[in-house]
Amino acid sequence: MAARSHRRSTDQVSTRRAAYEARQRRRANVIAGVSTFGVLALLLVLVPLAPGWQAVKASFFDGEVFLRTFPGLLQAFVLDVAIFAWSVPLIFALGLAIALARGARNPALFPLRIFGAVYVDLFRGIPVVLLVYLVGFGIPGLGLPRPWNSPYIWGTVALVLTYSAYVAEVLRSGIESIHASQRNAAICLGLSERDTMRYVILPQAIRRVVPANMNMLVALQKDVALLSFIGPVEILRQAGIFKSLLANFTPYVAAAIIFLCVTVPATRYADYLLNKDRNARS
Amino acid sequence: MPDPRLELRGVTKSFDDAQVLKGIDMTIGQGEMVCLIGASGSGKSTLLRCMNGLEPVDDGAVLLDGLDIAEPGFDLAPIRQRIGIVFQSFNLFPHMTAFDNVCLAPRRVLGETDSALHPRVEALFERFGLGSHMHKYPDQLSGGQQQRVAVIRALAMTPQTMLFDEITSALDPELVGEVLDVLRALRDEGMTMVLATHEMGFARELADRVCFMDQGVIAEEGPPEAIFSNPKRDRTRKFLASILR
Repeated sequence: MAARSHRRSTDQVSTRRAAYEARQRRRANVIAGVSTFGVLALLLVLVPLAPGWQAVKASFFDGEVFLRTFPGLLQAFVLDVAIFAWSVPLIFALGLAIALARGARNPALFPLRIFGAVYVDLFRGIPVVLLVYLVGFGIPGLGLPRPWNSPYIWGTVALVLTYSAYVAEVLRSGIESIHASQRNAAICLGLSERDTMRYVILPQAIRRVVPANMNMLVALQKDVALLSFIGPVEILRQAGIFKSLLANFTPYVAAAIIFLCVTVPATRYADYLLNKDRNARS
Repeated sequence: MPDPRLELRGVTKSFDDAQVLKGIDMTIGQGEMVCLIGASGSGKSTLLRCMNGLEPVDDGAVLLDGLDIAEPGFDLAPIRQRIGIVFQSFNLFPHMTAFDNVCLAPRRVLGETDSALHPRVEALFERFGLGSHMHKYPDQLSGGQQQRVAVIRALAMTPQTMLFDEITSALDPELVGEVLDVLRALRDEGMTMVLATHEMGFARELADRVCFMDQGVIAEEGPPEAIFSNPKRDRTRKFLASILR
């Protein structure tokens, strides 16, 4: 009798434990609110007290300049998105090829394996901006005829070279993270090495590294701005033009905000995928 | 005496410095069911893995239907379909439904078309009581169900010999029975089977022959009654005493 009434009480919301936890939660919320408000208030009071605040405010946070340049920047950002969009499939195709080349066991493919290792070392070791300069200025400098000297092409090539090296390493770590027992099971069923990779290992490996690759994409979206150094009038260069025109830095702040509008949701989405994956496995 | 399905002659196998198999001779006849018993580390699993070429043997011969598959450089892929194996840890492919797990190898290796394959696979699932679960993913199934899917996956290649590597050892006790029932059914239809197992009651009930392995050799073998009721060797007695306590 006593046991039964006890069990009933745990089904209800207002058990002693639930009441205690609700109290604790309320307390935590109040503390977090007060603390956040305090820090914000401090910032709002202290920053304007800085000696250069008026000058900074005028040159970085000019509302009128912001409104005037925002549409132009947004338009220039379309180019960033376009470069990003056509780079991504190239990066993943090349990254996958390099990852597979590095895992090749056939002795006839040994040169491919060496090539993969050198490729990754080389292009992960060079700063992106340097590669953009070298490829973006160097190759058109060979005197290529007209469509082939475009900075769009060679800028994209530089990004693809760098990022495919990173993606190859991410994919390779994914492939190596698949337990040997999966491969054994496939081999024992009579599947060939190729089919084992294609149907058993790769699908699992790619799924496992989706969050890491999402982070890669966020970084890539930002690095597209580096192409501004070799010509294309994308958002960073457009902001620079506006800055020179209006003698004001606000366009840079506007550009930063536009980037954040894309990268923050993308990062959150990557986190969401990571959590989902983790929950699915547990 | 029917022709042997599987014959081992002087099989040895070492991992680094540890010699795990120290000369195994064994003959498994068609339709025979042989149980390997022995402590962990006695070489049961390694022996099974040598029987289908998953582990290359160091020396000796493994004759599958008269063909020496232990010959260095032997192309194992074509003979894998003749000898199925089921592992302790199921090893289902987690990104595929149970049904796709089973269909993959027949489709890719045997080149079967879906129209012939699907009814056949559905019948296998029905037969082992998983008809309502076949389109679930492995993580939606219990351990016993997953292990039955693993058996179905191996059977779908229509092997003539099946190896079972402690397939009930990773299961909760209440799930062991459903998997043993599957083995019983296979036994009834005359499948040639080699099991590494700790299920002594099961071995006693169904095995044609029990081999007790100890430190890389078959220390004693014989019909289950003889091994379990009247073991001749000291170490067999000791092992049985420790496990049946």
